[in-house]
Amino acid sequence: MTDITNLPGNAAEPRKHGSLLEKDARTARRNAAEKRFQVYGMVAIGIGLLMLVILVVNIFSQGLGAFQQTFVTLEVQLDESKLDKNGNRNLEEIKKVSTFGYAPLIQQAFEAKVAADGIETALPGKAMADILSKSAAAQLRDFVIANPDEIGKTVEFRFLANSRVDGYLKGRVTRESIVNDKNVTAEQLDFVDALKEDGVLAKTFNMSFITGADASDQRPEDAGMGVSMLGSLFMMLVVLILSLPIGVAASIYLEEFAAKNWLTDIIEVNISNLAAVPSIVFGILGLAVFINYMHLPMSAPLVGGLVLTLMTLPTIIISTRASLKAVPPSIRDAALGVGASKMQAVFHHVLPLAAPGILTGTIIGLAQALGETAPLLLIGMVGFIASNAPDSIASGLLSPNSAMPAQIYEWAKRADPAFYERAWGGIIILLLFLITMNTVAVILRRRFERRW
Amino acid sequence: MNQMTALEKDVDTNEIKINASNVQVFYGESHAIKDVNVQIEDKTVTAFIGPSGCGKSTFLRCLNRMNDTIDICRVEGEILLDGENIYDKKVDPVQLRAKVGMVFQKPNPFPKSIYDNVAYGPRIHGLAKNKADLDEIVERALRRGAIWNEVKDRLHAPGTGLSGGQQQRLCIARAVATEPEVLLMDEPCSALDPIATAQVEELIDELKQNYSVVIVTHSMQQAARVSQKTAFFHLGNLVEFGETGQIFTNPVDPRTESYITGRIG
Repeated sequence: MTDITNLPGNAAEPRKHGSLLEKDARTARRNAAEKRFQVYGMVAIGIGLLMLVILVVNIFSQGLGAFQQTFVTLEVQLDESKLDKNGNRNLEEIKKVSTFGYAPLIQQAFEAKVAADGIETALPGKAMADILSKSAAAQLRDFVIANPDEIGKTVEFRFLANSRVDGYLKGRVTRESIVNDKNVTAEQLDFVDALKEDGVLAKTFNMSFITGADASDQRPEDAGMGVSMLGSLFMMLVVLILSLPIGVAASIYLEEFAAKNWLTDIIEVNISNLAAVPSIVFGILGLAVFINYMHLPMSAPLVGGLVLTLMTLPTIIISTRASLKAVPPSIRDAALGVGASKMQAVFHHVLPLAAPGILTGTIIGLAQALGETAPLLLIGMVGFIASNAPDSIASGLLSPNSAMPAQIYEWAKRADPAFYERAWGGIIILLLFLITMNTVAVILRRRFERRW
Repeated sequence: MNQMTALEKDVDTNEIKINASNVQVFYGESHAIKDVNVQIEDKTVTAFIGPSGCGKSTFLRCLNRMNDTIDICRVEGEILLDGENIYDKKVDPVQLRAKVGMVFQKPNPFPKSIYDNVAYGPRIHGLAKNKADLDEIVERALRRGAIWNEVKDRLHAPGTGLSGGQQQRLCIARAVATEPEVLLMDEPCSALDPIATAQVEELIDELKQNYSVVIVTHSMQQAARVSQKTAFFHLGNLVEFGETGQIFTNPVDPRTESYITGRIG
């Protein structure tokens, strides 16, 4: 029962308003301020978009080259007198021939090709063979050991050209830049031009960059992301299997069951703080606990996964609690009202409604873990060159491996610019993974989100 | 329904279903309910009226221990349901809530199908032996909720897709599906339009044949229309409790008179 006549302000004359058709000074100022604010916002977003465009253009222009590689197609005569002197196809004897024994075959193949196609060059066979990757002889040997019956026949091979030749085709290496380079000569580049003209040498899509293993410093052309992708995959498996149930269970308990007292308050504050702890701290924790104390194998995806689990848990717990909180309390009341127990209310009604949020949080947490490098530095997953893909789940978890971001870091710090290109290429692959995961998160959220 | 019929119906005295004595409720330091004594009869509609914040909803939620979900809430005194103290240590609130059902202010169907909404309670309490049993329970509950005819062709459509009044009747059907003995209703019509309100009120009148219904309402007209007993709460106190007709025509306490004539609240 308010008494309207006693309100302050009504005692004086009623306020007189001017014409609505012209703005008074206050309104004009207010509108100008709003305009200015909008301009600031647009400028900020514009700068952000510009940076994004520069980043994407840069990554793709530098990195797409890694998906293409220069190959030389040659017919090699697998000379029986060199590979299997006794002619009895005994695998043990064939294996005794080292890659040095295969090198002459490649030289002969080059000489034969030059003679057959009438390519003019003054290069000796050795210098011709040097335009190939150092992996060429090993490739030949692997083939022969796998197919001993082919000895004596002539087989067509696609050899990788070495990184200078590859760089020459990609424009990275020029005749000026090789003046002081001992790995390639101007004559060899002339020879490369001639081979290219002839169709023997060509730049094509390089699947082994996506599927292959890392290679030593001398063979950047042979390096691939495949094995480190598997390393990342096994780590993500560990992270998913551990952090999803632990994180969701912890959040459900904290959010729905735990009494609200100083202890849970402390836990809550600490979880929020953990989300902001630098990842390298988790790395040293992993080193101290999992490797030094528990003696788990170094460089193993299992340990990487455990460390990344520690790092992902706060993210998952925070997002899960947020999505549990977002479920309207009326749903809990409804369930309790018909006589459901607390646990039934949570598991039958609250959790299904919170699931899209939980999944989104988990995927975002996984994506974060996928791109994490710093903790891997400390547990030795950087700088290790796994030459073979793991052959079983156990060895995938326990044998030393690398991970995608660690592999990229490793390539970026090597001296040869050919590795630099692969680092950019690796970033493209990593980004594709992250974009895919985030898209899945968005789709899941859209798909299962309920609106009240 | 007018006051006369309400009076007539009370001639046959029903047995006491809930007997609350000296109930005190505290939210932390604040004393929300002060020394309330109330007897709620079986097969009767009892209305709780009073201004906002007077504690009528709080007291209602004491009757099926929904206040247990609030950490800082503390209940003292004794509430006997069929002679048993529901705040006894041995009482499991889950079992209690199956016996004392509740309908809330805002219609809150589960975001599931209409069928699943109603079937949920019977399922978790194991009331149906097989699918046919459950179908029958669901149909009976929906009929009692006076919504069967509207939804029988779309039992598997989401319950959240119904209109507000239908949702509330669905919630009532859901509450009666577990065969409670007491039905608590916390302002069940506050979110509904007059037509839906009329339907729900009609339904309450029917439900009273089987249940003891306790309804909290802001609308005095509604209390007068549907209830036989009325309790008036003010500032946490139970000011007056008696026959609805007597409360509205001849209140004893001056505060009750002020409220129902619109001078306070």
